[in-house]
Amino acid sequence: MDFRFSEQEEAFRREVEDFINEELPAGWTEGNIHWPGGYGTLEEFEVIGPRMAQFRRRLAEKGWLTISWPKEYGGAGRSNIEQAIFHERMSYYRAPGGDVATLIGGPTILHFGSDEMKKEWLPRIAKGDVTFWLAYSEPNAGSDLASLQTSAVEEGDELVINGQKIWGTVAHVSDYAWMVVRTDPTAAPHKGISLIIVDNKSDGITIRPLMNICGFHSFNEVFFDNVRVPKKNIVGEKNQGWYYLMVALDFERLVIPMGGFRRTFEEIVQYARETKHNGQALSRDPLIRNKLAEMAIEIEVAYMFFWQTAWMLDRGLMPNIEASVLKLVTTELSQKLASVGTAVMGHYAQLERGSKWVPLRGRVPAGYLDCISALVGAGTSEIQRNIIAMRGLGLPRK
Amino acid sequence: MDLGLSEEQEMLRTSARDFLQKECPKQLVKQLDESDEGYSPELWRKMAELGWMGLVLPEEYGGSGGSFLDLVVLLEEMGYNILPGPFFSTVVLGGLSILAAGNEEQKKEFLPKVANGEIILTLALTEPSAKYDAASVKTKAVARNGEYVINGTKLFILDANVADYLLCVARTKEGVKPEDGITIFLVDAKSPGVKCTLLKTLARDKQCEIIFDNVNVPKDNVLGEVDRGWPVVESILQKAAVAKCAEMVGGAQASLEMAVSYAKERVQFNRPIGSFQAIQHYCANMVTDVDGSRFVTYRAAWKVSEGIPATMDVAVAKAWTSEAYGRVTLLGHQIFGAIGFTMDHDMHLYYRRAKAGEIMFGDGDFQRAVVAQELGL
Repeated sequence: MDFRFSEQEEAFRREVEDFINEELPAGWTEGNIHWPGGYGTLEEFEVIGPRMAQFRRRLAEKGWLTISWPKEYGGAGRSNIEQAIFHERMSYYRAPGGDVATLIGGPTILHFGSDEMKKEWLPRIAKGDVTFWLAYSEPNAGSDLASLQTSAVEEGDELVINGQKIWGTVAHVSDYAWMVVRTDPTAAPHKGISLIIVDNKSDGITIRPLMNICGFHSFNEVFFDNVRVPKKNIVGEKNQGWYYLMVALDFERLVIPMGGFRRTFEEIVQYARETKHNGQALSRDPLIRNKLAEMAIEIEVAYMFFWQTAWMLDRGLMPNIEASVLKLVTTELSQKLASVGTAVMGHYAQLERGSKWVPLRGRVPAGYLDCISALVGAGTSEIQRNIIAMRGLGLPRK
Repeated sequence: MDLGLSEEQEMLRTSARDFLQKECPKQLVKQLDESDEGYSPELWRKMAELGWMGLVLPEEYGGSGGSFLDLVVLLEEMGYNILPGPFFSTVVLGGLSILAAGNEEQKKEFLPKVANGEIILTLALTEPSAKYDAASVKTKAVARNGEYVINGTKLFILDANVADYLLCVARTKEGVKPEDGITIFLVDAKSPGVKCTLLKTLARDKQCEIIFDNVNVPKDNVLGEVDRGWPVVESILQKAAVAKCAEMVGGAQASLEMAVSYAKERVQFNRPIGSFQAIQHYCANMVTDVDGSRFVTYRAAWKVSEGIPATMDVAVAKAWTSEAYGRVTLLGHQIFGAIGFTMDHDMHLYYRRAKAGEIMFGDGDFQRAVVAQELGL
């Protein structure tokens, strides 16, 4: 056992830190109100996205959008621990370090895509030239995703897609849908599904915004009306999509902004130390000390799950229930952090960004709202517990 | 970073599990729990033959030169199976302390006897105030005629009923700070004036009251430096907290496995109760608690083993594992329902130990105060 970073890992960590210090626009970390674990305050895609274009280009040049990928596909050929170090540092500074294409679609293609598909997509993803959105959920297929109805029917070299997807985070500013469709309506629900990449510019796609409770446009309803997609865009084998999707979801559940938890927690600690009520710092209040200590402990626990998944990947193991545990633990942490943040701030926790008296730029009340999404997206907490119980412990379905 | 155990550690784990399952069945655990001695001399001898007592002691003192991390692997298995007896007291509280603070003569005298299972040791620290701080050490040792005379009451002392020697923490001087003026003595438990009374405890572990009534101790029996014993105590407490975590992780793992296996076979409403989502989610919560505890415990153990400052890590591990073990055993009971509420069942053995483990060497509140301090609050 060795809980230290190796010399190489430590050097890489410093390199990432130096890069962030040099390249991240001034004031970015303080200004970005993204709440760790949440989906609703990822405003950078639209509002601040253009400001970050240069930063993303620089990441792509270094191969850092796809750190653990082989060099032949534009990656940096580094280990998964190094990739985890990168994401930990980036999220600590609230810098965007990856997206659906680099963290979910790309790795899945790397696992299951044909050579042709790898050559076509991976280098473009690594360069940051293409962005994906997740076209999974439908109005009647949420946690029960296998009941999805959006159909794809073969016609010559193409598939014709009809149906509706919902949530579709950042669909309106992405290039392609990373999508699951029903390709065999006669088979058992999870045996007739395919995974396919669909160009957002295709005829027949209509995107309608859904405002989230944080007041941002992150979600969308997306309608598909006779949308034609080349068959070569099917990932892996036709009708095997459910299996690939399970792995893609494992990759998604590994996308944890671990450093963001530490950062936000440190800011709340700092607030407790600096804020005085009746001449006494909040940090002297035993109840507040206890709450903050509890939070610190849970963050340490979560970090261990985080490093474990990366360590497993480096040993050639695919984290499965470990991904679910990580997702479950960190998203519930997201909610607890909001709860502790509001408890520390009391009345001030109600003040949103723009108020004269607002602490931490309204990060905490935004997090109070945003953390709701953490426990729902990428599989609810209940689904994660089902996975742990049934796949992990072998408990019976019936 | 390497989060795995070494091959030798895996072997130690497997052999310990096999040995304890064979040699320490639950029937024996229950029998020992109800006995006054709380351990089986026969089993104790076999453990010594396996080299367990000397695992973490250097070869020159009859040990095999293992690391603290190796010891933690073994302790996890002891917690998994439940092993009543004075191993923890003798090795963690006694042996490691003598190794860390003893002079060469003391090491030569005591450690080989620890390694071959000849003597039982324990630490006599806590008093009726039941706290782990220096200010709570009221027991006095006064120098007189080339000896020390100890007077005071120690409480909650593990395995003192069978101990040959007590590492008694006493105040030799009133200093400016409570940490000054504390000395550790190696006291022969059979000295005149030592009166040991067994306490009846929830976990049936053998905790005792010890009254020191004018107990004479030779000067040579001072462990470490006179008046400067507190840092040694702190270092013992740190190792003890991690070691206790390791036992708790093992116990939590066993509780989880018992509950899951029962959930698979117990049928109600014509289906195994493990197919009900409520039960499944209890089990999933247990998994996250068990695995999380193991990670933070092993990280703390690794740091202690490597000699890296570990105050925060140990506090994190002890705070988390203490309460996680409690949650896991409570859910275990919930899954077992009424049958778990019987003496015949094994679940209560773990549930009882979860509370004892939580309290010993600082509970969640105590450790969170340390964490808050370390956070700079």
